[in-house]
Amino acid sequence: MSCSVRVASPLRSYTGGAATVTADGATVAELLADLERRHPGMRFRMIDEQDRIRPHIRLFVNTMAVESLDTPVRSGDTLHLICALSGG
Amino acid sequence: MASTLWVGTRKGAWALRADARRRSWKLAGPQFLGHIIHHVVQDPREPKVVLIAAKTGHLGPTVFRSTDRGRTWKEAALPPAFRKAADGEAARAVDAVFWLTPGHASERGTWYAGTSPAGLFRSEDHGERWEPVAGFNDHPMLSQWAVPPGSPIGQLLHSILVDPRDPQHLYLGISSGGVFESTDGGRDWTPLNKGCAADFNPEPDPEYGHDPHCVAQHPTEPDRLYQQNHCGIYRIDRPATCWVRIGEAMPKKIGDIGFPVVLHPTDPDKAWVFPMDGTTVWPRTSVGGRPAVYGTRNAGKSWQRLDRGLPRTQGWFTVLRQAMCADAHERLGLYFGTTAGEVWASTSEGESWRCIARHLPQIYSLTHAI
Repeated sequence: MSCSVRVASPLRSYTGGAATVTADGATVAELLADLERRHPGMRFRMIDEQDRIRPHIRLFVNTMAVESLDTPVRSGDTLHLICALSGG
Repeated sequence: MASTLWVGTRKGAWALRADARRRSWKLAGPQFLGHIIHHVVQDPREPKVVLIAAKTGHLGPTVFRSTDRGRTWKEAALPPAFRKAADGEAARAVDAVFWLTPGHASERGTWYAGTSPAGLFRSEDHGERWEPVAGFNDHPMLSQWAVPPGSPIGQLLHSILVDPRDPQHLYLGISSGGVFESTDGGRDWTPLNKGCAADFNPEPDPEYGHDPHCVAQHPTEPDRLYQQNHCGIYRIDRPATCWVRIGEAMPKKIGDIGFPVVLHPTDPDKAWVFPMDGTTVWPRTSVGGRPAVYGTRNAGKSWQRLDRGLPRTQGWFTVLRQAMCADAHERLGLYFGTTAGEVWASTSEGESWRCIARHLPQIYSLTHAI
């Protein structure tokens, strides 16, 4: 399943500056794995080594906040990679 | 001999490059603007290689590598990360790469990294891929040695020292946790804190739990180590196992609290510190608003105040543990970067100082490169 991925500005160094890219997968975890294949290094900046979403990163599938990387996605969904407030 | 100072700040990295006489300094940068840069370190074995420990407010920790003296950078393919936790185990994740140390001269391409929370990592390919040092990270005593939360920004593993005579002989410091030694390449570790005060611990002479801020090993006399601790300045001459509080010789009104300690590259009796106010609520600023470096020429038996050129009053900055260094010139240069974004230089072993950069973000590290 192909999904659109909206990339926050702090992560665009991994996407060649692109604000929107595509990724394939049936779950958020699979989308992130595909993003890592296409844009090496990107996943670890968002997801720690214990597969937890980092404290100042938020993921949404369409408008639903992602709480588990096992969240399913459907073709045509949009995964939003949001960098939440992190201080001055 | 050319001189470059790498400046790591809370908002990016800069380079200060000097002419041959070190009279004129030119600031270049920023690189990685907005990144939190804890350490920038050149590889003395291969001076074209420079590593940066970085993260941002949003993004996780990583290491950037340059193989052309900092002109271009590439991110590590496998940054330092703890192993995946087993069921029921504490699940540790690296929050920041805090410290970088090149490995032994005989082990080209080898580096060590210290992290927050306390973790030790090793790379054998010039910082491209990092592996946990299991002998430390999975040591059965680690959870007792380094008890959270550690420093205000978490536990910090720092001062990774590789004995120039033996790549298997390592030291490291943990804030808070103490100084630890390995004689088998990191497979096992032993606390080395006897003689150090731990005024925040009701136990009178604990084996560990101390707060070393910075530990330095003399390169030509590696049995001599100096330590700037949360509770004083110390020296040890191995194989002794007890630190001696050489900060007792500091003026009482100044005290012996600070973050950095810097050694002379060839004279093991010379060292410099930057005292801060560790009284009352611990302001951690220059004592009395009158910043000064203190230096010893006799291994800590006595100290001299070195403040010519520094602000005479109302100078309230702090110098963090990675933010003071020496160069390799015969007429030794000393440098420090402040939490107020200034870089100060002395080409007279601290006799006089001048500001060579200002208006930078809070400086986290200042390292010399050739």
